[in-house]
Amino acid sequence: MNPFDYIRAADEGDAVRRGLAENAKYLGGGTNLVDLMRETIEAPRALIDVSSLSTAIEAGADGSMLIGAAARNTAVAEHPIVRTRYPLLVRAILAGASPQIRNMATVAGNLLQRTRCAYFYDEDGSRCNKRSPGQGCDAIGGINRGHAILGTSKACIATHPSDMCVALAALGAIVHVRNADGERSLLLTDLHRLPEDRPDRETVLRHGDLITAIELPPLPFATRSAYRKVRDRASFAFALVSVAAAVQLDGETVQDIRLALGGVGTKPWRAWKAEAALRGRPADIESFRAAAEAELADAKPLANNGFKVALAQRTIIAVLNDLTGRT
Amino acid sequence: MITINGAAAPLPDDPRVSLLDFVRDHLNLTGTKKGCNQGACGACTVLVDGERILSCLALAVQYDGRTVTTIEGLSANGTMHPLQQAFIEHDGFQCGYCTPGQICSAIGMAAEAKRGVPSHVSSDLSARAIPLTGDELRERMSGNLCRCGAHNGIIAAIRAVYAEQAQ
Repeated sequence: MNPFDYIRAADEGDAVRRGLAENAKYLGGGTNLVDLMRETIEAPRALIDVSSLSTAIEAGADGSMLIGAAARNTAVAEHPIVRTRYPLLVRAILAGASPQIRNMATVAGNLLQRTRCAYFYDEDGSRCNKRSPGQGCDAIGGINRGHAILGTSKACIATHPSDMCVALAALGAIVHVRNADGERSLLLTDLHRLPEDRPDRETVLRHGDLITAIELPPLPFATRSAYRKVRDRASFAFALVSVAAAVQLDGETVQDIRLALGGVGTKPWRAWKAEAALRGRPADIESFRAAAEAELADAKPLANNGFKVALAQRTIIAVLNDLTGRT
Repeated sequence: MITINGAAAPLPDDPRVSLLDFVRDHLNLTGTKKGCNQGACGACTVLVDGERILSCLALAVQYDGRTVTTIEGLSANGTMHPLQQAFIEHDGFQCGYCTPGQICSAIGMAAEAKRGVPSHVSSDLSARAIPLTGDELRERMSGNLCRCGAHNGIIAAIRAVYAEQAQ
């Protein structure tokens, strides 16, 4: 690990002033950043510890919620109102990592975690455009069973690893950001960039931008929601495919739906096409299948990850069957 | 300052020192084990203010002012913690390398279940307290690997100690 200065920010204002320093990075729980620093993939000159940011989880009277950036993943998953209003978010968090990691990891850090692509981690032996822009990508012609099939480019096929972000994408979560100039907010689905020709630029955040809170807009029908994760072992493994969904029925018709995918995209994947294909349609297996096929129509499978196309489609159908009482 | 097993210790000058290396190499508390050193195995699990965390992914300086308990802090005056005794009685280990992490993890796990933290296998998210069934224990202990394959003994030991929470 390269040497760095460690500074504990007193509050938000202190953090954004210090975050402007050259090659400074914010530190949340450290579960990803400390590991990457040990591998020298990350080498910040200064770490600004932002554990003093808000850990509050506040329920709005309108059905919304505001989660402080420094709230731990466990704290969100055990919050009684989050459990009632947004079961898919609780399920997604509990499907991720291990209990020890969920006790350490913050929600803002979860948003900014980096890919687990083995070629990205293999600094000494592999080329990676995310680690070293322009170098090439050894995953595309390599062992790519775990890699993305949606949103990929000729430069990068790395999967976004978060479970929590998949649920947040489905919920239309809003990310609150502060920097030295002021505050702004953006949709979580607009936070992460597609890799295109610059996979090292993973989000739209600029140097010094600090995530201060995650806002969950009111979504009454999220009480009927689910998160299903398909993985190689029963626990403590990244997703091959995951599906977050919430459905509002009007009789036998899909009145509204939120759907997002994990394990298949280069960013948390909101399934806009499938949602559009389902709104106003009968809640039956034919509609579910058509929507799942529409979402995966643009998938670009490689040598080892072609199975994810059918797996994603079938998982979407299975989750929607469950949520509409068809199984 | 940081409190480790009831004793105050100054934090390391070098912020690169992990909490794991700090307790092992600076304080000579070698009960906590370094397995993967990348957050995958759970051998380094310690309790911070009663919560289980991975000391390998923690920088010691992040825990300024906090209270850490390692495996050495669980026994008092030579009397083992009930979980330590149960691990012996139920063959909860072979080589023993993962055991300190398993035991610290189980203590944190029991507290989480008692206050109603749900798990991936909990069917009812609204439940106030979660009964520690075999499935719940396996899921909740999945962050601690045992390469000897003593998991059945580990689960039996934990169930024996937390019988009032078990089912």
